[in-house]
Amino acid sequence: MRRQLELVVNGEARRLELEDQRSLLSVLRDDLGLYGAKYGCGEGHCGACTVLVDGVPRRSCTTQVGTVAGKEITTVEGLEHDGKLHPVQQAFLEEEAFQCGYCTCGMIMGACGLLRRNPRPTAAQIRTFLDGHLCRCGTYQRIVAAVQRASRLLQGAQP
Amino acid sequence: MTDRERDLGQAPEVEAAQWGGVWEVERYELWEAAGDAVFSGWSRREFLQAAGGVVVCLLVRPAVAQPPPRGRFFSGSAPRQIGAWLHLDEKGNVTAYSGKVEVGQNVRTMLVQAVAEELRVPVERITMVLGDTQQCPFDAGTFGSRSAPSMVPQMRRAAAALREVLLDLAAERWQVSRDALAAEQGEILHKGDGRRIPYQELAGGQRIMRIIPDDVPLQPPDRWQVQGTAVKKVNALQIVTGKHRYTSDVQLPGMLYGKVLRPPALRARLRSVEIRHAESREGVVVVRDGDFVGVAAPTAWDAEQALAAIEADWEVAPEPDDHNLYEDLKRSAVSGDARFSGRAGFGRSGAAGDVERSLREADIVLEQAYRVAYIAHAPLEPRAAVAQWEDGRLTVWTGTQRPFGVRDELARQFGLSPDQVRVIVPDTGSGYGGKHTGEAAIEAARLARAAGRPVKLVWTREEEFQWAYFRPAGLIEIRSGVRRDGRLIAWECHNYNSGQSALATPYDVPNRRVEFHRSDAPLRQGSYRALAATANTFARETHMDELAVKLQLDPVEFRLKNLTDPRLTAVLKAAVEAFGWGKPAQNGRGFGVACGTEKGSYVATCAEVEVDPEEKRVRVVRAVTAFECGAILNPDQLRNQVEGALVMGLGGALWEEIRFQQGKITNARFSAYRVPRFRDIPSIEVVLLDRKDLPSAGAGETPIIAIAPAVGNAIYAACGIRLRSMPLLGDEWKAATSG
Repeated sequence: MRRQLELVVNGEARRLELEDQRSLLSVLRDDLGLYGAKYGCGEGHCGACTVLVDGVPRRSCTTQVGTVAGKEITTVEGLEHDGKLHPVQQAFLEEEAFQCGYCTCGMIMGACGLLRRNPRPTAAQIRTFLDGHLCRCGTYQRIVAAVQRASRLLQGAQP
Repeated sequence: MTDRERDLGQAPEVEAAQWGGVWEVERYELWEAAGDAVFSGWSRREFLQAAGGVVVCLLVRPAVAQPPPRGRFFSGSAPRQIGAWLHLDEKGNVTAYSGKVEVGQNVRTMLVQAVAEELRVPVERITMVLGDTQQCPFDAGTFGSRSAPSMVPQMRRAAAALREVLLDLAAERWQVSRDALAAEQGEILHKGDGRRIPYQELAGGQRIMRIIPDDVPLQPPDRWQVQGTAVKKVNALQIVTGKHRYTSDVQLPGMLYGKVLRPPALRARLRSVEIRHAESREGVVVVRDGDFVGVAAPTAWDAEQALAAIEADWEVAPEPDDHNLYEDLKRSAVSGDARFSGRAGFGRSGAAGDVERSLREADIVLEQAYRVAYIAHAPLEPRAAVAQWEDGRLTVWTGTQRPFGVRDELARQFGLSPDQVRVIVPDTGSGYGGKHTGEAAIEAARLARAAGRPVKLVWTREEEFQWAYFRPAGLIEIRSGVRRDGRLIAWECHNYNSGQSALATPYDVPNRRVEFHRSDAPLRQGSYRALAATANTFARETHMDELAVKLQLDPVEFRLKNLTDPRLTAVLKAAVEAFGWGKPAQNGRGFGVACGTEKGSYVATCAEVEVDPEEKRVRVVRAVTAFECGAILNPDQLRNQVEGALVMGLGGALWEEIRFQQGKITNARFSAYRVPRFRDIPSIEVVLLDRKDLPSAGAGETPIIAIAPAVGNAIYAACGIRLRSMPLLGDEWKAATSG
């Protein structure tokens, strides 16, 4: 159904008129010009479209936009602060935890969600939490290392 | 005739025509033969005139650009070529142009390093323009592991030639001998009095065109300062911030979103279609052109709704089924097709000695068949394109490994000349050999033409699985003979359908015959990372393991007994040593080993697996891969490639298998098609052998070939079940562990 919705994206309230069954992914990309979340499978099985909804990782491709009205939505574009990368972004950069990079934004958002819940995850916990994310280039070992590095960076940033 | 045209020699169109017919998409074996040809595309006069600063356009003589292409598909001499060119602007920034594309293999960074090394300019001041048919020199495509051995040297030569030009200009300006000068950090330095002048001041807006002299001095590998070092991916910041624009992120003013009506099965034909309901929707354009039916609409949602409103009636044709796949591949094979015999491998004859006689003389004869399933590339970014028509000219953004090939496909489709079509390839969400074609580009362009506005088309995951092409399934039959002392004396190998890469054995066998047989393939098939080297290495290395068991020899010892190739021996020994081969495995676990060579690089992998046949569970615990590809260009990115290839290879090794019934892929989703995930990843160790004395070979493909047989052999070692099919945990495993 077409209706007026308020979306809070990266701290900014946006009023939109749209079909409320549309996927959050398509609204972020096509209506709001935020391309960090990617389409990979459309069934929530690859994680490329992951964003945070009230701090919790969600597959935006299977999330109807009407269900997240008024909730706090964070995309990769909302992670930087004062021109500085978020520690998770910094860690992915330092570990070079990507090849083609198509899964990276989703991985970063998934990792942000994990570290919010568990600031010091073990490698096994990282693998379990991120298991729904695919990296077809196979950089999984590096991603685990990047999340561990991000965990250390976050501890340092928030003593 | 301008100076530039004189330099270019004969008309590029004529040269292109001589190469016609080579870039046939479906012909897997042609891809193997095609190699990496580079010749001039068309005049880029506009570009040259528009650019300020110094333009150095370099003609690379064929003799030095690359070794002559192999195979019967090339004849006559290679045309004159522009392999690469460079532009130095007024601020001292360098732009280099290459027709290669970035699909995650890090060619962008590798080429920046090549320029930085020879031009002696900091990496940060170099920009690579890749895969834009209007700006870049022609390139056949990004495949075949050709960028490192072919494009990197061309880029280096181009950069070195520009450096030499700048040294000449400085010597002239200062009236000193060239010997007194050196190039460093974007400046020419007078070694005697310490005077310095930035490159851009020397160039002073001139336009310079040079043919690279054959003897342009290149930095020897033992003195590399940038090549061989772990330079970080140059556009990594864009990736972690989400700012990089893949094709599916390209947005144009007034752009519409496209969807295409797909048949219910592979060979179904459109009988009739009702488009009125779709057409009556606001802002929707419906295109019907033969069997092609598509829509373009203001939003992706509108496009989906419009597509759903179309009613189509399909004519059902006899459709392929995977029921008797391997039997059918053998039955339909063109046996003894001489064109494909004896050519396999690199410099190693397919046939020698007397196989029949040596089999009679052998102490042990083993005959076995191996199967390799169809698998999908499943790049995380599915096919996508954005097409725009302006004044009869077509521009398409699309993720393809063959920008020039897709440009020509588009030109043919729409009756244009190639220079009326521009293909731009944004760095792409991977390809693995799966994006050689321009389906999405053509579809988007058809819709955009009808709509009179730009159209974006992004394939769904299901479309990508159903309508892209696959790595060919194959049946491989091997007959071998060994003496009791462990010497291989006979080797006969037939590959049905999957391909001939790495079909020849790297072991020393005096009597051998290998043959590739083409079959009637039920599915559309094409290139896949490492081509058939994965299938052929799986069959051979599994067979070698079986022979070792029969001989009661250690599989490493048996291989070394029959191996004289020093590079393959070196990686095998390195992997075995790092793995700690020879120690007993824990209960329920087993060790396996495999090695192979392809495209000038060498790989050996040891795997440790844990098997529980009761629970039908297999877990790969640990893998060690040793890899050697000549002089290492970037150790960190090489490590990333080797590790990634191993992980990708695990999918084909254990689970990946395209299933199809009545022309429909039955597992066309990530929830049904099992690819490697976090939980599957073993502990991985990569050992890199750096051979500074050898030219650099590509590394994106070969590291994938040894993991499957290493894991299969380890499963046998752990539980005594011999698996001869990829995926290992498919029907054969289920049968072996049931009941």
